[in-house]
Amino acid sequence: MTSRQRLWLFALGAAGLVACYLWAFAGLPGFGHYPGPYGPEIMRHVLAQTNATGVVSAVNFEYRGFDTLGEEFILFTAAAGMSVVLRRLRGEREEDSSPAADAANRQIPATSAAVRVVTLLMVGPTAVIGWWLATHAQTNPSGGFQGGVILATAFFLVYLSGEFIVFRRLRPDTVLDASEAIGAGGFAAVGVTAVAMSLPYLYNYLPLGTIPGAISSGGTIALISFLVGIEVAAAFVLIIGELLDQTLLRREARSEGSS
Amino acid sequence: MQVFPFLVVAWIVVVGLYGMVTSRDLIHQIICLIVVQSSTYVLLLGVGYVTGGVAPYLFDISPHPKAVDPVVQALALTDVVVEAAVTALLLSFAVQAYKRFGTLDPHDLAEFKG
Repeated sequence: MTSRQRLWLFALGAAGLVACYLWAFAGLPGFGHYPGPYGPEIMRHVLAQTNATGVVSAVNFEYRGFDTLGEEFILFTAAAGMSVVLRRLRGEREEDSSPAADAANRQIPATSAAVRVVTLLMVGPTAVIGWWLATHAQTNPSGGFQGGVILATAFFLVYLSGEFIVFRRLRPDTVLDASEAIGAGGFAAVGVTAVAMSLPYLYNYLPLGTIPGAISSGGTIALISFLVGIEVAAAFVLIIGELLDQTLLRREARSEGSS
Repeated sequence: MQVFPFLVVAWIVVVGLYGMVTSRDLIHQIICLIVVQSSTYVLLLGVGYVTGGVAPYLFDISPHPKAVDPVVQALALTDVVVEAAVTALLLSFAVQAYKRFGTLDPHDLAEFKG
């Protein structure tokens, strides 16, 4: 099939898709008139039930906690799967396939002093913000997923500053694997603890606190969010680190060859 | 403009699909898939929007405000996580494909079949 024929086929399919899409949208309630019963119901009861003011986090880590457990394991599995896919590559690396060798010979401009200073200055504040987001899910628009990603960003700022030797030292695989396991397993363990106390799985058994929106309120929401934060940060450092490894090893090989 | 957000959703889907079909580079194709998936964020947030609703956070406001739906917002979060996972896996496959066949062009990759 030529690319022109392919494009025509796509145009035909896309037209059909758009028609079906618009037909389906015509049956939706108008924009701004969502009739879903669960949202308003949760808004009405969330304070009395959990003392958490961050309702989205309360949905994620409390009402829909079991679902989020699965979601967390999707990320866990993706990180594991990626390590497996790229591990096979590590054995093949020594063979000098020609396009890859071309890529290795590419000139990489040195990191400028300005980029170095600014990124290294940002590492601390970024880590603090990530930490803060991961631990304040019960009070405001934050949570383990957002916090974890920002926490991982702090690691990559070190890489961006050109300190890739430091960067590699910063992420020993055993520590990362362990924190990923602690994050993912800890979430499940919180649920199992509830079962051990003769309560339903993932039941919120911690004290809910007295002041809504305080850091001590919300019971297990804060704990689960924190564990998710650790898991997500570790998973993202693993995932992106795995991809960066491809570049880093080439650069090292090159600098060893030239010296 | 009651339907405008949904038209935007349809537009993002089709633009992303067009990119995937015409793409000559696996990385570009993966980014197009991300574009297609982004439409679901717009759809979820558009569906859950309530006219005049505030964000579903009860800090320092009346305990029973008129708010947008927190359930679909939580779903959007799930959506983002799944997208990140899918992207990560696809990118590693792209790296693998490049190492093995020396090209990222899907048209050339098709010739390696069998």
